[in-house]
Amino acid sequence: MREINVNKISEAVKEMCISSNYNLGNDVVRAFENSRETEESPVAKKIIDNLIKNSEIAREKRVPMCQDTGMAVVFLEIGQEVKLVGRDLKEAINEGVRQGYKEGFLRKSVVEDPLLRNNTGDNTPAIIYIDIVPGDKVKLTVAPKGFGSENMSRTKMLKPSDGISGVEAFVVETVSLAGPNPCPPIVVGVGVGGTLDKACQIAKMALLRPIGENNTIEYVKELEERLLKKINDLGIGPQGLGGRTTALAVNIEVFPTHIAGLPVAVNINCHASRHEERII
Amino acid sequence: MSGKIKKITTPLTKEKLKGLMAGDTVYIRGSIYTGRDAAHQRLIETLKRGEELPIDLKDQIIYYVGPAPAKPGQIIGSAGPTTSYRMDDLTLPLLKLGLSGMIGKGSRGEQVIEGMKKYGAVYFAAIGGAGALIADSIKESQIVAYEDLGTEAIRKLKVEDFPVIVVIDSQGNNLYVSEREKYKR
Repeated sequence: MREINVNKISEAVKEMCISSNYNLGNDVVRAFENSRETEESPVAKKIIDNLIKNSEIAREKRVPMCQDTGMAVVFLEIGQEVKLVGRDLKEAINEGVRQGYKEGFLRKSVVEDPLLRNNTGDNTPAIIYIDIVPGDKVKLTVAPKGFGSENMSRTKMLKPSDGISGVEAFVVETVSLAGPNPCPPIVVGVGVGGTLDKACQIAKMALLRPIGENNTIEYVKELEERLLKKINDLGIGPQGLGGRTTALAVNIEVFPTHIAGLPVAVNINCHASRHEERII
Repeated sequence: MSGKIKKITTPLTKEKLKGLMAGDTVYIRGSIYTGRDAAHQRLIETLKRGEELPIDLKDQIIYYVGPAPAKPGQIIGSAGPTTSYRMDDLTLPLLKLGLSGMIGKGSRGEQVIEGMKKYGAVYFAAIGGAGALIADSIKESQIVAYEDLGTEAIRKLKVEDFPVIVVIDSQGNNLYVSEREKYKR
């Protein structure tokens, strides 16, 4: 068994919370540059220029690109030959979030109880997903999730007979209803299959895939491309002020499901699309 | 979108807002207040109790924002707009008190637009997600109410050339509707 002290995980979570909020991903920057070429609206072009400028300021001054520095979503893939030592793993992850949001001057956006709504003051707890996989390493992904876009996400239990066209219609309808609210240009994560909760989880995981990388399953790849075109034909555009660039990517993940069901979940992310990964 | 570029200085009187049309790019100078979900709830609860608000809203602008904390040497942290529809149910009583401008991002409900037409107000959008860039136009920041709400406290900001776009004007023209239609295929 390989021993890993959880303090290492804590330290990594802290650094990744800060870094992912200060530095816009290279895939997003590339997508912005490409969309500047294809965009027809002068207003949309100006907005994209401002978003690029904003990311440069954030990187140079080491400040968050957006004031909504998100709820920290942390994915762990733990090799089954790893023995985690030191202290409670989840507490170590939350300690990393606590320190990252404090030292990085990130906004504390988490309330302790959803109805009583008192701010925890340190952005904890994180949303933590743990998976056990073969090997002797730990893969850590930190994805601070803003709620302007989270609020526009939807899920529905379709009928098997609704098929691909049913999924397509639901995704387009979700983006259409969201309109200007989730800070377009957006990234659309879609989960199809599993159970209600599984569909939502894989929709969130779909957001971790870099922009421009399609699903390896051929029909899913085609669906991603078709949906991206349909979404960009809605005309919503950057900030909802009209244009060709409503989404930068549609990433779909699929999972086996029940003979009676076709769950679909659409998780929308704003252009910031923050996520970083590290292998320990 | 064929708007003009305009500069306004607060307070935003009813006279001044008549000249602001959907599509105009506006640079704001002067004082504006911040307020989002929790502050709006408190303002409305205060009014329901028949008490006076901690700020006078006549001819004022509220910016829907919960800024990130300021780093040492900074006036304010990143400070872009939050999504406005969450304030929709809490907006009419403030319009009645003379609130004349709101800055946020995203759609507004019908009852808010009707209220804007009736009482005279405009809705501006700032660029969502451009919080680092927007912070540069904020020159002073002071908490004036509900300090315990942290990022959601009401702040008085002094801004210079604060960039916004008129999305819904006081006649109810709505850029989100007209521009989307233009680029729809």
